[in-house]
Amino acid sequence: MKHRDPLSLFLRGAVWLSAILTAFVVITLIGYILIKGIPALNKDLFAWEYTSENGSLMSSLINTVIMVVMTLVIAAPVGVGSAIYLVEYAKRGNKLVKIIRLTAETLSGIPSIVYGLFGYLFFVTAMKWGYSLISGAFTMAIMVLPLIMRTTEEALKAVPDSYREGSFGLGAGRLRTVFRIILPSATPGILAGIILAIGRIVGETAALMYTAGTVAAVPRWKWTGHPLRDFITPLFSSGSTLSVHMYRMSREGLQIDTAYGTAVVLLAIVIGINALSSFTAKRLMKVSGGN
Amino acid sequence: MKRKEKMMHAVFFLTACVSILSVALICLFLFANGIPTMGKIGPVKFLLGTEWRPGNQMFGILPMILGSIYVTAGAVAVGVPVGILTAIFMARFCPPRLYRIMKPAVELLAGIPSVVYGFFGLVVLVPLIRDTFELVDGQTMLTASLLLGMMILPTIINVSESSIRAVPQSYYEGGLALGASHERSVFFAVLPGCKSGILSAVILGVGRAIGETMAVIMVAGNQPRMPKGLLAGVRTMTSNIVIEMGYAADLHREALISTAAVLFVFILIINLTFSELKRRADI
Repeated sequence: MKHRDPLSLFLRGAVWLSAILTAFVVITLIGYILIKGIPALNKDLFAWEYTSENGSLMSSLINTVIMVVMTLVIAAPVGVGSAIYLVEYAKRGNKLVKIIRLTAETLSGIPSIVYGLFGYLFFVTAMKWGYSLISGAFTMAIMVLPLIMRTTEEALKAVPDSYREGSFGLGAGRLRTVFRIILPSATPGILAGIILAIGRIVGETAALMYTAGTVAAVPRWKWTGHPLRDFITPLFSSGSTLSVHMYRMSREGLQIDTAYGTAVVLLAIVIGINALSSFTAKRLMKVSGGN
Repeated sequence: MKRKEKMMHAVFFLTACVSILSVALICLFLFANGIPTMGKIGPVKFLLGTEWRPGNQMFGILPMILGSIYVTAGAVAVGVPVGILTAIFMARFCPPRLYRIMKPAVELLAGIPSVVYGFFGLVVLVPLIRDTFELVDGQTMLTASLLLGMMILPTIINVSESSIRAVPQSYYEGGLALGASHERSVFFAVLPGCKSGILSAVILGVGRAIGETMAVIMVAGNQPRMPKGLLAGVRTMTSNIVIEMGYAADLHREALISTAAVLFVFILIINLTFSELKRRADI
């Protein structure tokens, strides 16, 4: 059975060679950044205040967290809600559903700089929010919306129909079925999607440069007695996230060490996010496999 | 109770409409700003003009359009063969134990932020190209193509792999039964069965490459002139926007928005082709 003609040998060689090349790309990329970057990590890099001497990434790290939270607060309810509508409410062959799918697909293909420019024209200029974390968060929310929609849709579709039938059979309405039966069993899948969205937000640069701006400072909350206003006003200040910070540092040339250090932190976050997402997805498989 | 049901139905419906609203707003803002500007500059002068000199009120974006197309073509030449062959490896040749390492590695490649790719290109590829070809500056079209080729690898691998896996096992077994080797069955029985799936992977990769911004800026040189070959610098539409938006005003700023509108049209065409193919691949 083990006859080997030249063509088969060639094909086998080509396939292995490509796989080795891909592995080589992964190893060089990550290895190089880690080897050159870990020595660049020092206390200055994590100083609370950014100065042009220390090139601290701390404020950008905090801004990244704020950006992720704000974006998810906007995008997660909308994304999950639309997926619930598409899977649980919309009737088959509904024209509107086709349009929603088409627009979500379109959104997922739009390059980040186009989002950035739109955010600049709409949130920064037309809404007069200026370069601010909140303009950035709304821009990012539109950007990750299709991702959250798609993953939630898949998670909802994976819930067996017998669950729905059982719930309806016991007299529950559609709403109760969605919140009590379907969402709990789809949670791991939805979470995996949201974690992927976090990765997109952390890694984004082009869409944030002209919406959230490039100032390496954190918003300052001050108590003046108006809880809501005190909380929201600082979010209208400009702030750079880690990726934007890294771009600035590598462009300005003088701060190559800072850029290396920031790259390591970004890589660590991405590796953590990937591990978390696959862990959640595995739990999902276990849950649906158990049924 | 009934009222609550109706209300939540309406709420879910409204959230579903957000994506329609977003696309409508993006189209509106880009085209309402972009098309009148194109009229002001002159559509032919804008789209086919070979000189981009904002200081002299010359706004021809042909160099950038060609730059985007060339760099993307380069990325496809680098990334597609390696990507598809790796996908075949992962789906049909990879020992299970190796697969458990390869798959997360590819996922990781997909998650690395573009500025990290760009930085890697800047500190590794640029000096490498400079020294290999003895150039003054290593920021060239070739550098950008190599880097983008690396960046589209995970997209191409993931989409191709899942479409190869979707081909019924009987195709492969049929090939074996007719006396073909493992390699021949995979390449000549299984692969033709997922042609459109692989094609849609390539198109998705093209979309990624043409829309990529930060990584390209960091390694392409960004000279706003007609592309002069593989070993010279080049500027793409995306980098044109990012580099000049910070200080542009008046007609210059509007010309940049029109550049984004042109890029958006390119992306729409690519997207439509992709969804059409995907529909065909599903059937």
